[in-house]
Amino acid sequence: MAQAAFEDIADTFEFLDDWEDRYRHVIELGKAMAPLEDALKVPATKVHGCASQVWLVPAPENGTFHFRGDSDAMIVRGLIAVLHALYDGVPVQDVPRIDAGGELARLGLNDHLSAQRSNGLRAMVERIRETAMAAA
Amino acid sequence: MYDVADVRAQFPILSREINGKPLVYLDNGASAQKPQVVLDAITRGYAEEYSNVHRGLHTLSSISTERYEGTRDVVRRFLNAPSQDEIVFNTGTTEGINMIAYGWAMPRMEPGDEIVLSIMEHHANIVPWHFLRERQGVKIKWVDVDAKGDLDPQAVIDAIGPKTKLVAVTHMSNVLGTVVDVKAICEGAREKGVPVLVDGSQAAVHMPVDVQEIGCDFYAITGHKLYGPSGSGAIFVKKARMAEMRPFMGGGDMIDQVTRDTVTWNAPPMKFEAGTPSIVSTIGMGVALDWMLELGLDNIAAHERRLRDRAIERFKGLNWLNLQGQSEGKGAIFSFTIEGGAHAHDISTVLDKKGIAVRAGTHCAMPLMEHLGTGATCRASFGLYNTEAEVDRLVEALELCHELFA
Repeated sequence: MAQAAFEDIADTFEFLDDWEDRYRHVIELGKAMAPLEDALKVPATKVHGCASQVWLVPAPENGTFHFRGDSDAMIVRGLIAVLHALYDGVPVQDVPRIDAGGELARLGLNDHLSAQRSNGLRAMVERIRETAMAAA
Repeated sequence: MYDVADVRAQFPILSREINGKPLVYLDNGASAQKPQVVLDAITRGYAEEYSNVHRGLHTLSSISTERYEGTRDVVRRFLNAPSQDEIVFNTGTTEGINMIAYGWAMPRMEPGDEIVLSIMEHHANIVPWHFLRERQGVKIKWVDVDAKGDLDPQAVIDAIGPKTKLVAVTHMSNVLGTVVDVKAICEGAREKGVPVLVDGSQAAVHMPVDVQEIGCDFYAITGHKLYGPSGSGAIFVKKARMAEMRPFMGGGDMIDQVTRDTVTWNAPPMKFEAGTPSIVSTIGMGVALDWMLELGLDNIAAHERRLRDRAIERFKGLNWLNLQGQSEGKGAIFSFTIEGGAHAHDISTVLDKKGIAVRAGTHCAMPLMEHLGTGATCRASFGLYNTEAEVDRLVEALELCHELFA
């Protein structure tokens, strides 16, 4: 079991059997997430290795992992919202134990994490893990 | 009569499904699929006829040399070059243009000398010239396209100054589909005594090319876009330019005599083909070009014009589609974005789910994208096996994108 925010998403996904509806929901999750201010979209927060742009601002606090993220692609933005539900609020020492690929597979979205997809999500997960480990 | 169903039946990959949907392959601008005759030639090349070329006296070596050298004449016919000795094989346009940059341009360029490029060149026809800019102080002069994506040949000719040593220009834009009047450019450049290199990577796929009629000094083609294997390509180099060109790579096969202190060269074009070449890929390219010639380059062009017209007609109904490039006689290459927040990657992700393969990004043409003031776009590029029904499938999928990302 992942944390509640992610389980809520997983519950919703159980009722969405075709990909169009799943994508629709991912896009909605992205739209509902607060956008990153332009001032935070700087080279330091940019995740490399992606053709669309992806930004990650990690903010671990008192042993708990927090982050904000954004992308100029709507599907990627929605997937960042999913990662947010998966990682945000988790104790930093637990972050590396989360199997993002396995959890996204439950939503039928794991192909977005594959190395062949240059959407930056894989690099983002890497950076989340690194930052959390450094803060632990 | 062009029978597209018969053409399609010759491409095994076109009968496969992607994400549960019949494949609609619209990424031909990046690379084309291969017909059965090419696949058979590759198999035969390795299974029955393989050996190194030019070297042995044994039977297999003669067969593979004959097939390899035979391809030179196929390319000569395909481009209507005067002589097959003016055809140099390589691995594709990138290597072809680098051969010219290193072999012909580099030794004759002084600091302050100029190369004229159009803004819609592919990086393969930009970055080798940046090398000369960085390393030898060569100046790149850019000629812009107008709002419709047309390149005025006179503007290119006018950009030629006393220090210009080369004009390097595409024959067809890989982003906009614009066809460039390279014949007019060559005429004007010739009057000023400046050679012209034409990047034919896209054009040669979609229309008949006659290098004698164009009057260019260099013409580059790439096998993998011409329904041939990847790792194959050729450049036409006019005899007079070839005499001025030095080899780009040294090694076996390109030499006549090698001693401790001296080396003499093999006769051109072999002088420019060091080492063991892409033997089977090159042979496969010859088979692909022969196959295209048999199909008829005019017939292919006419079929693709029908696809282009159908696409333009259908796109008119999508008032939220931003199309780049409205050039009159353009090829069936469409670069676009959708109004609203959708990124090119969003669109291509959804199209992929629908079984439709397009390219998303900046298409190896960043200066053009900057000129157009656009970031990443999607590109649907049609080939000889695409159908009008596939245009409709694309439009239907784009309508879904518009709805999903609204």
